[in-house]
Amino acid sequence: MSGIRFDAVRRIYGHEGRGIVTLDGVDLAIADREFVAIVGPSGCGKTTCLRMVAGFDRPTSGSVKVDDVVVGGPSPERAVVFQQFALFPWKNVFDNIAFGLRNKGVAEAERRERIAHYIKLMGLAGYETAFPHQLSGGMQQRVAIARAYALDPVVLLMDEPFGALDAQTRVVMQEELVRLSRVNPRTVLFITHGVEEAIYLADRVAIMTRRPGRIKEIVNVKPIRTSENWDQHAKIEDVMDLPSFVHLRTHIWKSLREEKGVEGA
Amino acid sequence: MRLDPRLPIPRNESLLLGAIGFFAFLGLWSGIAASGFVPRSFLPAPWEVADRFTHLLTNTFAGFTLPQHLASSFGRYAMGFGLAAVIGIPLGLMMGWFRWLDDMVTPVFDALRFIAPIAWVPFAALWFGTGIGGPIMIIFSGAFPPCVINAYRGARYVERHLIEAAEMLGTRSFRMITEVLLPASIPSIVAGLRVAAGLGWQSLVGAELIVASSGVGYMMVQGQSAVSTTTVVAGMVAIGIIGVLIDVALRAFERGVRRARGLD
Repeated sequence: MSGIRFDAVRRIYGHEGRGIVTLDGVDLAIADREFVAIVGPSGCGKTTCLRMVAGFDRPTSGSVKVDDVVVGGPSPERAVVFQQFALFPWKNVFDNIAFGLRNKGVAEAERRERIAHYIKLMGLAGYETAFPHQLSGGMQQRVAIARAYALDPVVLLMDEPFGALDAQTRVVMQEELVRLSRVNPRTVLFITHGVEEAIYLADRVAIMTRRPGRIKEIVNVKPIRTSENWDQHAKIEDVMDLPSFVHLRTHIWKSLREEKGVEGA
Repeated sequence: MRLDPRLPIPRNESLLLGAIGFFAFLGLWSGIAASGFVPRSFLPAPWEVADRFTHLLTNTFAGFTLPQHLASSFGRYAMGFGLAAVIGIPLGLMMGWFRWLDDMVTPVFDALRFIAPIAWVPFAALWFGTGIGGPIMIIFSGAFPPCVINAYRGARYVERHLIEAAEMLGTRSFRMITEVLLPASIPSIVAGLRVAAGLGWQSLVGAELIVASSGVGYMMVQGQSAVSTTTVVAGMVAIGIIGVLIDVALRAFERGVRRARGLD
C-alpha cells in the first residue's frame, strides 16, 4: 500500500542539548491516494515535515516511511513542487519536464507522449519552447506541477506551491489542482498556511501546534465535501460560501488562533 | 556641475570623459618628451612611437614584422588559455560537487596559485622548451586559477532549490555537473574567463621576455638589446590594443550569455 507515515518524528537543529527542537513527536498517517494538507503557524516545522518525506532532511529520532520503507534520500518516487518553482532557467518548458524522465531512462517516444499529455492537461500548449523567465509565476508553477506529475510518482509533495502567486492566479491554480486531483487521485502532502486553500483542496487537514511542532488535530473534510456535494461547484468562491465550508473554516481558525505563531500568525 | 558623484553619467558624456583622460595622458607624455628634461633615448615621444609602430607593421624586426610577432604570441596565448579553460572549468565544477575532491585539491591549489606565472619560467623552459611549450605553460599557470575558482564558486552557490529539484528528479552526478552545475555557473565562469584572459595575456608577454624566439615579448627584448626604446614602447602599445580587444570580445560574450538567461 502506498502511503506516508510519520512515527514519533522529532527534529532538533543544532548541537545536542543546545539545539532547537523543531518537531516534537509528529504522528501522521496518509493513506494511498489521500490528499492531506498541513496547516500551522509560521515556523512550526510544517515544511520540515515535507522535506523529510522528500528526503532532503532526516528526523533526529522517529521515522518517516513511504510504502513502509524508511525514506533515505531524494527520489523521483516522491515528486516535489516547490514554492519558488525551482525550474531550470536554462531549459525550456519541454526540457524542464523531460529532464526527470530522461534520468529515469524513459524511452524517447513514451517521453514525448507523456510530456505532451501533461503540457495539454496543465494548459501549457504552445509554450513548449518558452524559457521560465519568459513566463508568469502562474505559468511557471504549471510547468513545475507538470514536471512532478510526469514522473508518475508514488507521492506528490507540495510546499506552499501557490504562496508566491498573486491572488487571482492562486484561485485559478487551486481550482485546477482540484480538477486534476479528482480526475487523477494521488497521495498528496500539501503544506500551506492558507486555511481556505487547505479545506478546499484536501481530504483531511492536519493542524500543527506552534514550535516545537506536533499534530494537534486532524479535520476530516472529505465526508463533508462528499455529503454536501462541494464538487458540483466549479468556482472556489461558491464552495467558500457554503455553510459547511464556513463551519470548518471557523473551527480550524479557532484551533490555529490558540497557537500564536513565532511570528504571530 | 554634477552634485552627486554617484549619479549615473549618460553614455556620450562618459565617452567624452574617457577621451579627455586619454588625450591628457598623451599631452603629458608629449610635453615631458618635448621639454628635453628626459633624454629621448630614455623616453621616446608619442609621434616617434607611432612612426616606429607603422614601420614595424610592414618591416621585420627580430626576424618578423609586428603582426607576425603578434600572431605568434596570440597562437600561444589561445592554446594556453584554451587549455586552462578546458581543464580548469571541469575541475572547478567537480570540486564544487564532490566534497572529497574539494578537500583534497584545495590546499594544494591554494598553495600553488600564489606563485606568480613568471616564477615558473625556469621550469617551463626546462620541461617544455622555449619554442611553444614553455610559453604555453606560463600562460596556463596565469589563466588556470580564475577558471577553477569561478567554476568552483559558481557550482557551490547554485540555488539550493535547483539542486534539490534535480535530486528529486533522479539526477546522478554526471548530469548534475553537466546539466545543472555547469549551466547554473555560466555567468560566474564567463566572469572568470575574463579575468583569466587578462592574466593569461599579461603572463604571456612576461614569458616571452625570457623564453621565446618569436612573439611580441621577444621583439621587445630584442628592441631593448638594440637600445631601440621606440620598439619597446611600440610593443607595449600593441599588447595594450590586443588586451583591450580580448576584453571587449569577452565582455560582449558575457552580455550575450546574461541576456540569454534573462539576467539582464
